[in-house]
Amino acid sequence: MGAKYKTEPLKCWDKAKEIRLNYYKNFAAAHEKGGLRWAGGAWSFDAIPAGLGNDVYPLTGEPYAAAVAFNKDFALKCHEAVEKAGYARDLCSYMRNYWGSILLNKYVFGGEFPKPDFIWQDHICCSHAKWYQVARDLEGKDIPMYCIDVSVGPYEELTDNKLDYVVGQMHDGIEWLEAVTGRKYDDEKLIRAVHDHCRSESIWAEVCALNKAVPAPLDEKTMYSLYVHGTLNKSSQIVADFYEELLDEVRDRVKRGIAAVANERCRVMSDTQPPWAFLNVFRYLEKYGCVSVGSLYTFGLIGMWDIKEDGSWGPRKTPQEEGIEIKDRDKALRVLASWELNKPEWQHFYSPQLKSEMMIRIAKEWKLDGVLLHYNRGCEGLSLGIAENRLALKEAGFPVMSFEGNMGDEREFDEAQTMTRIDAFMESLDFEKDIVGA
Amino acid sequence: MMEKFKEWYEKRHEYAQEWKNRTGGKVVGYFCTYVPEEILYAAGMLPVRILGSHEPQDVTEPHIFGMYCPFCRDCLAQGLKGRYDYLDGIMIAQSCLHIRQTFTSWKLHIPIDFSYYLPMPNNVQSKRALPYLTGELRVLKEALEKWTGKAISDEDLNRGIEIMNKSRRLTRELYELRKQPNPALTGLEAMYAVVASQMVDKKDYNETLQGILEKLPQRPEEKDSKIRLMILGSEDDDTEFLQMVESLGAIFVVDDHCTGSRYFWNEVTPNQNPLEAIASRYVERVPCPSKDWPQRTRMEHIKKLAQDWEVQGAIVIQQKFCDPHELDIPATIESLKQIGIPAQFLEFDVTVPIGQFKTRVEAFLEMLREEDLY
Repeated sequence: MGAKYKTEPLKCWDKAKEIRLNYYKNFAAAHEKGGLRWAGGAWSFDAIPAGLGNDVYPLTGEPYAAAVAFNKDFALKCHEAVEKAGYARDLCSYMRNYWGSILLNKYVFGGEFPKPDFIWQDHICCSHAKWYQVARDLEGKDIPMYCIDVSVGPYEELTDNKLDYVVGQMHDGIEWLEAVTGRKYDDEKLIRAVHDHCRSESIWAEVCALNKAVPAPLDEKTMYSLYVHGTLNKSSQIVADFYEELLDEVRDRVKRGIAAVANERCRVMSDTQPPWAFLNVFRYLEKYGCVSVGSLYTFGLIGMWDIKEDGSWGPRKTPQEEGIEIKDRDKALRVLASWELNKPEWQHFYSPQLKSEMMIRIAKEWKLDGVLLHYNRGCEGLSLGIAENRLALKEAGFPVMSFEGNMGDEREFDEAQTMTRIDAFMESLDFEKDIVGA
Repeated sequence: MMEKFKEWYEKRHEYAQEWKNRTGGKVVGYFCTYVPEEILYAAGMLPVRILGSHEPQDVTEPHIFGMYCPFCRDCLAQGLKGRYDYLDGIMIAQSCLHIRQTFTSWKLHIPIDFSYYLPMPNNVQSKRALPYLTGELRVLKEALEKWTGKAISDEDLNRGIEIMNKSRRLTRELYELRKQPNPALTGLEAMYAVVASQMVDKKDYNETLQGILEKLPQRPEEKDSKIRLMILGSEDDDTEFLQMVESLGAIFVVDDHCTGSRYFWNEVTPNQNPLEAIASRYVERVPCPSKDWPQRTRMEHIKKLAQDWEVQGAIVIQQKFCDPHELDIPATIESLKQIGIPAQFLEFDVTVPIGQFKTRVEAFLEMLREEDLY
């Protein structure tokens, strides 16, 4: 079958790669320039350490570990090193990739593993704080660690008492940062970072919303290489500006009808992190003219959403767009905490129903034919409630294919079986494989 | 002498139903020991901990992905099979994600009059945890008042505190007896006592335990001394395992389980503000590993237990897939090693392979006996 739509590569692709690579290089080289390194999760409030200066570089654990997972041989060495040290192999595979890098003293981007000067983490699942507690055991207990607990329940039940708890920990965290780094904290830098943080997340949501278009301008495999910037350093101007540029380009693609998948005739979404070493799953789908337009994971981990006047999902307005003035530290922290606690990917920690409702909304608004659920053995946080999501999606009338795997440990992913399942799923949806040259 | 606890544990549902018929009160099932039972007692309710039945089951697969701990799935199975149909409410205090799924799936699929999620802080080492939890306990109290249509006074709260504290004091006394060279009670009996205390009215438990504490010192002493063991790790009410180990010339003298010492170790220190006093107890209690960060405070506690109860070896158990404990196990084994206590690690499931475990425990005990010789 011939191409149905025009397609073309993204113009900002090289820039996306360059920003990501610079991020990892800057972290490793931070000390050469007299700067500081901090390590923590992709969910950390990275706008807060930004107040220490422009030469403070983060290394967020999840995207780093996903990069390790992509390198199957190195990932296996990491897992074996961690198991040898006595840690269970069913623990979060990101965490094990990260610890393995410490134990092997190898940075997946080259050279020795760069030790952070301090740890700045937040606690969202059973493993987040403990991840860096163990990292500290392995790297040497002298690395100072601070962790903010954000587990205050879903946003719809947020109260002043809950917000005060999170904001209070943030205030204490700033005092702690000053104490452990010996630097004076700059509130102006914090305020700028909070604005950029919200700008990045609002724009990313707008980019994802453009994927409602038929044909979809982006496919999920490509989106992984773009949303990642938000997981690296969402509060940086570089990321926020890059997302503006990306938004312009994706708008242009929609206007010109440029498709991510030229033979698009079936639209699905996935769920949770993919098995990073097997992104060819998405290319395999394309043989059926099937495009994965995203997922709650790619939309809602970085994107911040709101219900628009017409009842549909669209990007949340930034505090600046809302006319909220941030003049001091407390206001900046309150805005930041309240903004982040509204994150879609945080809501499902408290109820599978909240996640099911968001998934069903995506399935309807993004015009999906089915859903692929990755039962991800590598992440207890994002696989939480996934079985209930499956039931809810089916009840809402969406065909669901579930497959087991692991985002970071290839030993738990059966590639051949997954492809066979895809074949069966596509056949059940009445889609046939394109025969090249037919 | 201790049979009553075993009976209560085994007939937990009959007890609760009988209690309900007798008192006309509400029974609330809870999923984690961070639930402040003081407030439920203050409201005149019976809090019962929901535990599994250690039977293979096939009803939870559609609801909880199999990578979550067998304990959380076993608990949900009890609800889906209708064994807790007498409950008026369910409650959880935020702890691990695994048991949280039991709560959320229960709420979705099993009709219940009242359900409550208490956002118990995880960062208990932060000075912000106490005011936050105090505020959340106030919200809980109001929710219970709304549900029952009855106000809960400070006097009620103080009564709830006293019931719980008395139970804790008495159970500590029971554990003190286990320090003796030849303890008057086995580890299995101690386990039955603690898990029964989580299921029956504390007033009944306190009265029974008080009587037992008076009689226990007169219990005839065992002649042969046994290897003194500690057991610690994830949720554990695997009585069959304890029985097997204690049949091999060993005795469990202390534990660090949420079905054991962690449940009752700390008391509430009453003050003018009962809710704050209760909150303080739960913030400062011996933590579950899910809340023990950034410092690992639990390790010092474990070492002290091992030393004070003159432990010779430790069995470190983990419910399969239990992330919080898995994250602490290497540090736990290392901490015990620092004070010269060897540890045997075992991974538990809903049912345990008794034969295999027996071989491993026998080898472990043999090693400990050799250490005794040389």
